[in-house]
Amino acid sequence: MNPIFKHGPSPQHRLAFVLMLSAALVFFDHRMGSFEGVRGYLQSLVSPLQYMANTPKQLMTWAAENLITRKQLIEENQALKINELNYQQQMMELEIVKKENERLRSLLASPLRSDTKKMVAEILSVDSDPYTHQLVINRGANDGVYEGQAVIDEQGIVGQILHVGTTSSRVILITDVTHAVPVRVSRNGTRLVANGAGRIERLSHAHVPHSADVQSGDLLVTSGLGGKYPEGYPVSQVILVRKDESRPFAQVLSKPVAQIDKLRYLLLLWPNKPTSIFAPKPSEKSTNQNDKVENQVKGATNASE
Amino acid sequence: MLANNGIIIVLSLLLAVIASIMPMPLDVDAFRPDWVLIVLIYWSLALPSRVNVVTAWVTGFILDVLLGSTLGVHAAAMALSVYIAAVNFQKIRNFSLWQQALIVGVLAALYHLLVFWMQRLLTDVVFLPSYLYPVLTSIVLWPWVFLLLRKVRRHFKIS
Repeated sequence: MNPIFKHGPSPQHRLAFVLMLSAALVFFDHRMGSFEGVRGYLQSLVSPLQYMANTPKQLMTWAAENLITRKQLIEENQALKINELNYQQQMMELEIVKKENERLRSLLASPLRSDTKKMVAEILSVDSDPYTHQLVINRGANDGVYEGQAVIDEQGIVGQILHVGTTSSRVILITDVTHAVPVRVSRNGTRLVANGAGRIERLSHAHVPHSADVQSGDLLVTSGLGGKYPEGYPVSQVILVRKDESRPFAQVLSKPVAQIDKLRYLLLLWPNKPTSIFAPKPSEKSTNQNDKVENQVKGATNASE
Repeated sequence: MLANNGIIIVLSLLLAVIASIMPMPLDVDAFRPDWVLIVLIYWSLALPSRVNVVTAWVTGFILDVLLGSTLGVHAAAMALSVYIAAVNFQKIRNFSLWQQALIVGVLAALYHLLVFWMQRLLTDVVFLPSYLYPVLTSIVLWPWVFLLLRKVRRHFKIS
């Protein structure tokens, strides 16, 4: 029944209460960052909803994969075989070049690069919120995912891990307005910073001097500075360079090489050793403590060399 | 909250939350209606003693976690928009369906602008007209959701 006389606090009081609660949450979450740990638990708590929301899409994908003619399958198989042949051939070349590079590096007494551990992750959901560019993947702390981990697809850098839940985690994309990647021009090594512009097909570069040698069409790769991203992965391609002398800096825009709006599978990278002194520690949640100690010892010996 | 088939209210809110995070093609995504807001407005008009500002805030908070935005942003915007509907529920109930739809449109626009303003304070996002496309789809959706939820409410005798 609808009571004629209402019980409890008036709507005004309720509103004032929840607005104050919101203000406090925004302050502590945004300014202080005190919810970083709690976010992980919240993420695990709501992940059933995400799995549920993902079912229709998965059904569609399943149907599309199963309702396919034999002819299409054969054609696809052939195309893949040809591709594999090409890749095998390139792999052989790469193997030789890698050996040669290692030899040269040891001659120069610079630290060897080792293979990185990788893991494939599938996308659970992409955020519908236009203000943040984030997505959720089906790997979490149980798989050893850690905060700040680099995420790539087959073309290039996609983003990094923002919050880790137990079975799912959140990835912030390079196009998010709050995200930036240190990059260099692969042609000549000029260093830039690629800022997200809040648009899927655009990255902006601030504070580029007019004298910088950047041309439209240049490929930008991660520079490894900052320690979050391993060095040398493609990030974006320069699409516009405007050198207007009346402005203090040149205007440079680029387009991410990863197809950020068409992602499905992603690759998580575990660098074997920190790429710089600012590199994040290996996840504290990981069980093998020995590994961590070993890493530190390795780092120390590297430094002493 | 859960007495008298109140579980149906919670279920409808959960469905709305799922609908608002369901993956969609990028072109359609910009037009995604505000499922959660519409369902909340309906329940706060129909049963103002059961669904109120606090319900709206909690649902908005869940949305915040799911969307990965700063905690409290969607919650505050949702609470404010639903507050306006809840305070004027006796007036809005007497309007025709299309007039109600227009009011829902105004509330949806307010919701999106509030979220934008708060995001603008926190990070330097830029306003794009496409942020307000959901208002149009919400207006179109309101009569259908209203009729459906009224049927549900009468069938399950939620009061």
